[in-house]
Amino acid sequence: MSEPQQRRITIDPVTRLEGHGKIDIFLDANGDVDHAYFQVPELRGFEKFCEGRLAEDMPQITSRICGVCPTAHHMASVKALDNLYQVEPPPAAKKIREAVYSAFMAEDHILHFYFLGGPDFIVGPTAPAAERNVLGVIAKVGKETGKRVIETRRKLRELIALAGGKAVHPVLGLPGGVAKTLKREEQTQFVQVAREALDFALFTLETFEKLVLKNSDYVNLICSDAFTHRTYYMGMVDERNQVNFFDGSIRVVSPDGREFAKFPPNAYLDYIAEHVEPWTYVKFCFLKPVGWKGFKEESDSGVYAVGPLARLNVSERMATPLAQEAREKLLATLGNKPIHHTLATHWARIVELIYAAERLQELSSDPRILDPQVRAIPTQIPREGIGVVEAPRGTLIHHYQTDERGVIRKANLIVATQNSAARIALSVEKSAATYVKGGEISDGMLNMVEMALRAYDPCLGCATHSIPGNMPLLIRARDPLGKIVAVLYRDSEGRVCRKHEE
Amino acid sequence: MAEKPKLAFYWCAACGGCEECVLDLEEKLLDVVSSVDIVFWPVALDFKRHDLEAMADGAILATFISGAIRTTEQEEMVRLLRSKSRLVFAFGSCSQSGGVPGLANLWTKDSIFQTVYTEGASTPNPEGTLPQRTIREDGGELELPRFFDTVRTLDQVVAVDYYLPGCPPTPKILLAALDQLLSGRLPEQGAVLAPDHALCEECPRRDSHPERLALNEFKRPQEVIIDEGTCLLAQGILCLGPATRAGCEAQCVKGNMPCTGCFGPTSRVRDFGGKALSAIATIAAGKEEAEISRLFENIPDPVGTFYRYSLPASLLRRRRIESVPMTGTK
Amino acid sequence: MKKLGAYWLMPELFEPKIVAFFCNWCTYLAADLAGTSRIKYAPNGRVIRVMCSGRVDPQFVLEAFAQGADGVLIGGCHPGDCHYQEGNYNALRRFQLLRRMLKEMGIEEERFRLEWISASEGDRVRAVMNDMVEKIRALGPLAKPTVAEGTLEEVPA
Repeated sequence: MSEPQQRRITIDPVTRLEGHGKIDIFLDANGDVDHAYFQVPELRGFEKFCEGRLAEDMPQITSRICGVCPTAHHMASVKALDNLYQVEPPPAAKKIREAVYSAFMAEDHILHFYFLGGPDFIVGPTAPAAERNVLGVIAKVGKETGKRVIETRRKLRELIALAGGKAVHPVLGLPGGVAKTLKREEQTQFVQVAREALDFALFTLETFEKLVLKNSDYVNLICSDAFTHRTYYMGMVDERNQVNFFDGSIRVVSPDGREFAKFPPNAYLDYIAEHVEPWTYVKFCFLKPVGWKGFKEESDSGVYAVGPLARLNVSERMATPLAQEAREKLLATLGNKPIHHTLATHWARIVELIYAAERLQELSSDPRILDPQVRAIPTQIPREGIGVVEAPRGTLIHHYQTDERGVIRKANLIVATQNSAARIALSVEKSAATYVKGGEISDGMLNMVEMALRAYDPCLGCATHSIPGNMPLLIRARDPLGKIVAVLYRDSEGRVCRKHEE
Repeated sequence: MAEKPKLAFYWCAACGGCEECVLDLEEKLLDVVSSVDIVFWPVALDFKRHDLEAMADGAILATFISGAIRTTEQEEMVRLLRSKSRLVFAFGSCSQSGGVPGLANLWTKDSIFQTVYTEGASTPNPEGTLPQRTIREDGGELELPRFFDTVRTLDQVVAVDYYLPGCPPTPKILLAALDQLLSGRLPEQGAVLAPDHALCEECPRRDSHPERLALNEFKRPQEVIIDEGTCLLAQGILCLGPATRAGCEAQCVKGNMPCTGCFGPTSRVRDFGGKALSAIATIAAGKEEAEISRLFENIPDPVGTFYRYSLPASLLRRRRIESVPMTGTK
Repeated sequence: MKKLGAYWLMPELFEPKIVAFFCNWCTYLAADLAGTSRIKYAPNGRVIRVMCSGRVDPQFVLEAFAQGADGVLIGGCHPGDCHYQEGNYNALRRFQLLRRMLKEMGIEEERFRLEWISASEGDRVRAVMNDMVEKIRALGPLAKPTVAEGTLEEVPA
């Protein structure tokens, strides 16, 4: 090394990137990656403008954080309200909530697998970008399957609308229960759709096995070092350490798989803190007891991940039989947990899809879900409440403080993707480091970075999002003097283009 | 061979629910996709800004823009899209009237940043670091788009041709609009593409709405068991149906919760919140000041209740800047 | 604040603009009476005659403030005396709720008033108007909300 390396935060002035993520790479004297940064240029300020709002309006206001996962916010919020008013919903209300939630988890996982992440595998990571989208998936799996994807999703969303008024921004949540009872003919529909969803989930696993696992190139890619990070993991589990999207304790395991912590939602402030950087609007979560050590992995860094892979790692088993079977197969193939391969998230997601469908079946066919008692009227003076659920993308926390009338004084929201934000940054940097050598950026780099990002399924409200299959990324590489040496992007046809700035 | 009409979708300060509405077209989506050329959808992906800049003005038939205008980047993009599009549709409540993000108009950039980045229960931030518009470090300059103090609607920034109301609009409304667009049967410019009467007219509980309402009490939804068949207002629950445009098929009411006004006003109303407030105030019983005042104690957040989706579009647009408190609540 | 300049150095220079909605049957007649009786009072009111205080749509009030009024006054018949029976009760209800909402929007309570003034109470018009003007003078101008930092003017060309 001829020159000493300087550590700098150099982020280039991309002022008008269309979309919600930017990446900047900083090269050292040898033209190798020194740092890469992933920026989120978006903020709306929910934590501020929720001040002054009514507690009971929060489930519907916070659902507007995200139109893809509104149900997750709605449920975390209503659970915070239960806690706020110290009120226990009747059993039927809990079942209705969780049934709706299971339907939501299932349809969202289907969306991600077929529309967002799956195309990388089903169509292939080296396929032309124009084909790496849901239309390409349909071309590969056939029109019939394509129709099943759309139909199954539609039916699951209809369940949400049935019990919750609307699929996007449902209205059912009230402190102490849900707004309306479930009727017998509605229950029949739930049961019917649950069975279809389970069939489809198993079919999805089969498809994954056929197209991905039988292909050694893909398997190697999944296990490759470029997509591997040894961090902590966090997720919600029940008392038997089984994955639970809806209720339980939060468990954290270390990079070597040992339990680091297990705590009730109300204690989250002892374990989770957020770090601010001046170059991005998103805050980065980290484990408070470990501390913020920068964008690093391993056990002395507080960086952690959430989401399907994390939930796999923090749990000991799945609570339903077919999901458990799928989980065992995953672990048999990829090795013991914790699994650090980011791309394995797609597989873990399918295991969860199966669980969501089985859980939906269980809840739907429970006769007690028809009980007309679905509300408990709060009697306590509200003060403070915390609600946690596992959103598709990870742990979601809503924390409210109110005055005695239930008017919000303070709101703290830890949105799922924030938990993974630091690890996303790591992924970007690692894939950059793998593919950028000696000042040369290979075309494959864009693909690889996108794949890493897509595995996290970063939620619309927070980071980049795409449906047809491209990500609005512009990658600029600078030398140590700050001069841009290359620019990499996709044109409107999805072809990788490069530009050399003067 | 005739070129297919070009469509575009873009989103500003939004949640993506309107994009979900596009997906909820489901099978019909494939029909739409095959009859148009979607140059970017739904979140500006396959293209780069210079591709857009390279297009001739008006090359795009119609651009559907969701989300409110919160940052400089969003303002620049919608201006660019306006110049390249023959028609611009405000897609959803946020672009039409500001939406839920519009509630940030009760605050300012500084008060928002202060709370989000320095006062959060889980955000220690002892140095008080805040996101910066520009950061200068050796070797380069960092820029983040600037965050305005005031959220604006789309038509406060560019000319808008049509509006699709709702949070989100229903797939039916969207499909009808696409149909009108592609068959050249759009109504007069500036129209809101939904029925022009109040929700009460199409509400399934219409029959139990009394001739005259005089409420001795307003109830917050958690305070009572809500009857699943009776008019919500008659039960004392704040339902904004009388002031809200129809077209949503009363989904929330079918979910046994009141209408919160997301479809906005009919064409005969300028300020939705003012009108909704008027409708609710008028059905309060009571002739004495003290009596009436007590009744309204149970509406502790009029702005959140009446302007939930429409604060930026209101006559006042925002809270007075001078009265925005900056004191920390930590 | 910077835009209000002189008023902060010499508050007595500030002349509040008050939009006054007076009902045809009572308050408007009272104002007329004050005029013919040559009762002198602060000339800051811009009077708009409505048939009944119940005709005042909250949107009128919001429009007045949006257009630059520093205060809005509604004048109507005493409870029980409304020419249309119940109109003034509606005015009272709307006024109460609107005042709460305006407060949340940062518009102080003193800027928005509802007064019952009968046709013979010319002197009361004087008292109310003078009182309102002084109170609002002390509060200062209501800066036009749309002239806020961070709007169009600041976008770099």
